[in-house]
Amino acid sequence: MSTAASPLLRRRNKKINWQKVALIVTFSAVPLFLLILFTYVPFAKMLKFSFYNMSYTKNKGYVGFDNYLKIFSKEEYVQAMLLSLYYMAGAVVQLSLALFFATLLTSGLKGSGIFKGIIFFPFLVNGIAIGYIFKFFYTRGFVLDTVLQAIGFPLESLPYWLRDKAVNNWSLVFTSVWKYCGQNMVLFIGAIASIDPTLYEAATIDGANKWQQFKAIILPGIKTVFMLNLILSITGSLSAFEPAYVVGSMGANGTATFFIKIHQMAHVNQKVGMACAMAMVLMVLILIFTAAQRLFFRYVMKDSENTFNGKANQAKALW
Amino acid sequence: MSVKQANVSENRAAVGRKVLLRSLSYLVLILACFIAILPIVSAFNVSFKTAEEYASSNAMTPPRNWLNFENYLMVWRGNQPSQSLLRAFGTSGLVVVIVVSVSVMMGSMLGYVLNRFRFPGNGLIRNLFLIATLIPGIAMQVTTYQIMTDMNLVNTLHGYIILMSGTDVISIYIFLQFFENLDVALDESAVLEGCTYFGVFFRILLPLTIPAIVTVAVLKGVGVYNEYYNANLYLNSGTFYTVSTALYSFSGPYKSQFNIICAGVLLTLLPPLILFLVFQKQVYAGLASGSVKG
Repeated sequence: MSTAASPLLRRRNKKINWQKVALIVTFSAVPLFLLILFTYVPFAKMLKFSFYNMSYTKNKGYVGFDNYLKIFSKEEYVQAMLLSLYYMAGAVVQLSLALFFATLLTSGLKGSGIFKGIIFFPFLVNGIAIGYIFKFFYTRGFVLDTVLQAIGFPLESLPYWLRDKAVNNWSLVFTSVWKYCGQNMVLFIGAIASIDPTLYEAATIDGANKWQQFKAIILPGIKTVFMLNLILSITGSLSAFEPAYVVGSMGANGTATFFIKIHQMAHVNQKVGMACAMAMVLMVLILIFTAAQRLFFRYVMKDSENTFNGKANQAKALW
Repeated sequence: MSVKQANVSENRAAVGRKVLLRSLSYLVLILACFIAILPIVSAFNVSFKTAEEYASSNAMTPPRNWLNFENYLMVWRGNQPSQSLLRAFGTSGLVVVIVVSVSVMMGSMLGYVLNRFRFPGNGLIRNLFLIATLIPGIAMQVTTYQIMTDMNLVNTLHGYIILMSGTDVISIYIFLQFFENLDVALDESAVLEGCTYFGVFFRILLPLTIPAIVTVAVLKGVGVYNEYYNANLYLNSGTFYTVSTALYSFSGPYKSQFNIICAGVLLTLLPPLILFLVFQKQVYAGLASGSVKG
């Protein structure tokens, strides 16, 4: 079985090829070890601890589903989960804007490269730096307020962007859109660029306008990339924490997302069991959302995906 | 004659519409760029102000002296020597270089094994990595912290490096894809000439994967350089500061002195900016291959 793939080796002998074994073992041992150590072991522990009442130092014993029940009975946690709806709304805006810019930038405008680079750059900015930049940006009377005053809004009519509970979550969502919009745009530009250009010519000859071309050529052409980005953004919204963590001062003033709650539960309150149960809930939510979206697109949109695993079957498997 | 005139005016209307559409597109893009850089430019602006100027002038008014580098010098030296950005750049540089080298080696080796060899367990290994992408890493930080504690790796630089090198599926995927497009005839002829499998990898294939190596290095490098969550959690004894945690520590001594803090922010932006300007193509390409990991 092991050498059946290669006519070259079949001719040699049927004995175990020790060189091959040595290579496979030395080349895959370290990555596999790290994968198991930092993914599967923590996962197994997380599952186990979620049923215990314990801290990092003490274990007060098995409590069954108590931790899970506590999560859903406390309004505080449900509220935190609902905050991700803000980020989901933000994700939808972000993807639409990204698609819009990508369409503009692939329509042959001069200076596209520069526009693309500038809109993309925020993606490379350090998260802590983003925190400071936007704290400065949103502070009363500072950058944003100055710009808004310049276009005619009196300062008294403006809210405290990070303190007012009516707007502060939107302020935080904006920082996330600011950071990731350019990244999505770059991916869409890549997908649009791979569409056969003769399709546009044919459409123009047939008299299709830009909007019709967008609907009939661009949208179907980038469906898969769009889908993947949608899934990543929505699941990202569920575990959103960066804006609230660095801009919103660790979730002050009602901006603590569910992930921030997990972080505080584990590292401030030291309730490891409870934190693990919350992490399990988060993970299950993410899996449900991912599966639902995949099913939706597979059966409703009849989309075929090219997955990491799909490649395994087509692998060349030379030796 | 009249037909010709009608044609001309129709053309003119079409050209007019096109010009209008173009102008609108530019307007929208310029607005988008303005929003993208306004927060950064205003940080740049304030970083040249003195404390007195910062307190008395509007955030958006330009500084009196664009060559006032005092704030930059202050963060470069740091409030304490351990928090100086100079040292933080050294620490982050070391972490980035090691983590990137390890990731490139692991990714390319595993990519080679999985793509070129058929053996029992090949599918299993692929599945293990695939399933790992479904488990949100961030959700497991509670128990990862415990494992790091058990192994005495908390508050050590090597511990942080090991954690950051922990297998990253995207780089493996980029290499897998790359090997798929490298002709197997290369390996075959080398083996026929007596080259070992190790030789095939190191002498023949690895040099050919340089584009993939650059892509992985740039993506992973920027990611590690900007990482702050784990750095904050695992390097919090005050001995080691990465660029992110040094920047984070400024909120203590310089509390709301944004003129000083923003100087630090701008300095930390420089390396990714330079890298981006040099490797723009690889950054874009890397994002594309990273996004299809689904």
